[in-house]
Amino acid sequence: MTPLVIVRVRPGQAPDTAGLRTLGAASILAPATVLVAGRDCQACAAEFGRRQGVARVVVADHPGLDPPFPERLAPLVADCAEGHSHLLAPADSFGRALLPRVAALLGVAMASEVTAILDGQTVICPTHAGNIHTRIRLRSRPVLLTVRTHGFAAPQPRPGAPAPLDILTPAPEVIATHPGVRLLAFHPAPAGRPELSYAERVVAGGQGLEAGGDFAPIEALADQLGAAVGATRGAVDAGLAPNDWQVGQTGKIIAPRLYIGVGLSGAIQHLAGIKDAGTIVAINHDPQAPIHKAADLALVADLYQALPEMIRLLRKLEGS
Amino acid sequence: MNILVPVKTVADPAHPARPLADGSGVDLDGIGHGLNPFDEIALEAALQLREAGQATGVLAVSVGPPSWGDGLRTALAMGADRALRVATPPHPAVPDPLTVARALAAVVRREGSRLVIAGKQSVDGEHGQTGPMLAGLLDWPQATNVARLTLTADGLEVTREVDGGLECLALPRPAVVTTELRLNRPRYASLPNILKARRKPVEEITLEALGVIPTPGREILGVTAPPMRPPGLRVASVAELLHHLEQRGLLP
Ligand SMILES: Cc1cc2nc3c(=O)[nH]c(=O)nc-3n(C[C@H](O)[C@H](O)[C@H](O)COP(=O)(O)OP(=O)(O)OC[C@H]3O[C@@H](n4cnc5c(N)ncnc54)[C@H](O)[C@@H]3O)c2cc1C
Repeated sequence: MTPLVIVRVRPGQAPDTAGLRTLGAASILAPATVLVAGRDCQACAAEFGRRQGVARVVVADHPGLDPPFPERLAPLVADCAEGHSHLLAPADSFGRALLPRVAALLGVAMASEVTAILDGQTVICPTHAGNIHTRIRLRSRPVLLTVRTHGFAAPQPRPGAPAPLDILTPAPEVIATHPGVRLLAFHPAPAGRPELSYAERVVAGGQGLEAGGDFAPIEALADQLGAAVGATRGAVDAGLAPNDWQVGQTGKIIAPRLYIGVGLSGAIQHLAGIKDAGTIVAINHDPQAPIHKAADLALVADLYQALPEMIRLLRKLEGS
Repeated sequence: MNILVPVKTVADPAHPARPLADGSGVDLDGIGHGLNPFDEIALEAALQLREAGQATGVLAVSVGPPSWGDGLRTALAMGADRALRVATPPHPAVPDPLTVARALAAVVRREGSRLVIAGKQSVDGEHGQTGPMLAGLLDWPQATNVARLTLTADGLEVTREVDGGLECLALPRPAVVTTELRLNRPRYASLPNILKARRKPVEEITLEALGVIPTPGREILGVTAPPMRPPGLRVASVAELLHHLEQRGLLP
C-alpha cells in the first residue's frame, strides 16, 4: 500500500501547511509518494524529502504547470496514479478543484472533506453543515480523498538520509492541454496576520460591524491577541471583509484553540466552520442570538463597548 | 447556445440535520425541501445570460429520485425553458457524484450544450464533486467557485474566490462553471409562474437509456451526530470573560 499525496506548489517556496498536513493524513495509511508538480519547485520537493512518512518524492518542474490549472494537473496526476493505493489532496481551493477531475479521468468514486481515516477504505466526512458525520466506504481503487487538514499533524523531520527523488518530465500534450485557459489577474487578500486556517486564535466579525462601517475593532482585538481575522458571509457581502476571511460551510473550516465571534448571529452555515474550535466565545448584544447557545463563554454586550474594554484590560494584563 | 444547469433538491438548510435513531441516515421527517441554494444561483446566472440575449435556452437537469421533480418545477417556475429528470435506481436513495456526473455528461452530449453552470456544492452532501468531475469527463475547461461571470465572443471571463484572494481567468467555451454565493441573488418564482410550472412537463429519461451504469464505488455505512459540546457559561463582564480565558491558558 502506497498513497500518493498531491501538493500545491508556489514557485520557489517551501511547502504550505496544507500540503504537509495532507502528508500527515497519508502517513496514517503507509509511507507515501509526494507529487510536487509546478514551476520552480525544487525547494518544496527537497523539504518533503526531509520529512517522515515519505517513501519517494516525484518532481515535475515545468513552467507550464504554473498556475496549477486542474486541466493540466489532472492528467498528470492520473498518469502517476498507477501503483498507488490512495490519492490524497488538501480540501482547499487547490484540492477541491483538482481531485474530482482526477476521479473522473480514472473513473473512480471519491470522498471529500475527510476528517478521519478509519482504515484503508473507510473515512468520516462531515456533511449537512457539520451536523452529521457520515461514514463512507470507497470500493474502487485507488481511493481518492480530499482531507480537511486542520485535523492532521504535519510529519516531523526525518533522521538520516532524505527520501529518494525522481524527476518526471510532463508529456508535451499535458502541458498543451486547454491552452485557452489563462490567468488574467490575481488579487491577493491582505496578509500579515497568522493564517486563518491554522491560527491558534481567531477573532471573527459579522454584520454587527456595519454600524461602524469597518472591521477596525475586530482587527484591533485580533492584533492584540496575535490572532487571525475571520468573517461571516454577512460581513463579506457587506464589503467589510475580503472573501478569504469567510468562515463556515462555504468558507474556511477552522479549529483554533480560541474562537471569538463578535457581532454575528451564529447561523448554521457559520457554525459549520467552527465546530472543532477549542473554546468558542460569543460577544453579541442580543441575548437570544444563536451564537450564545453555541458558545462556551457568552457575553451579552455591545461590541463597541466590549472590544475597546477588552483591549484595554489585555494591555494592562500584559504590563503587569 | 443552450445552457445546462444541474439542480438538486435538498432538505431545508435552515433546519439542523439530525441522524435517524438507528444511524442509517438523516432524519428528514417533517423537514421541508427546496432547490440547493447554490443551484438557484447557477440557474439565476443562466437566466440572466438568456435574458441578455447571450443564450438561447436553459435546461435544468436532476439526476435522482422522483421527489426531485419538485425542485425541477421550481426551476421551471424561476424561468428554465425545460426540465429533465434522469431517473435513478431506488438504491442508493441519492446517487453518488460520479454517477450523477456521468449522467450529466451524457445529457450534455445529447443536447449539445456548450456551457454548464452548476452549484459549487450541495448544502447536504457537501461533496463539491459534480462540477469538476463533469468537466473531467467532458475534457472541458472548468472554473469553480465563480463569483463573477461574463461571456466573451468565444469564451468566458470569471472571477474565482480562492484561498488567498480572487483569481481572474479567461477560458474558452465549452466550459463548466460552478457558482459561489456572491455571483448573484436568485429571483423568487412568482405565484403565477409557480402555477404555470405545474402544468409544464418534466421530461424523464433513465440512466440506462443514457448508457450510464451506476458503479457501486461508494457506500454510506452510517451517520452519527458530532460530539456534543458541554453547556456554555454566561459571563457578566469583559473582566470575567478575560479571567476565564486566562484560566484556560488561552491568552498570549
Ligand atoms: C448556501 C448558504 C451558505 C452559507 N455559507 C455561509 C458561510 O460559509 N459562512 C457564514 O458566515 N455564513 C454563511 N451563510 C449565511 C448565513 O446563513 C448567515 O446569513 C450569515 O452567517 C449571517 O451573518 P452575520 O451573523 O454576520 O449577520 P446577522 O445574522 O445579521 O447577525 C448580526 C448579529 O450582530 C449582532 N449585533 C449587531 N450590532 C451589534 C453590536 N453593536 N454589538 C454586538 N452585537 C451586535 C446582532 O444581534 C446579530 O445577532 C450561508 C448561507 C447560505 C444560504
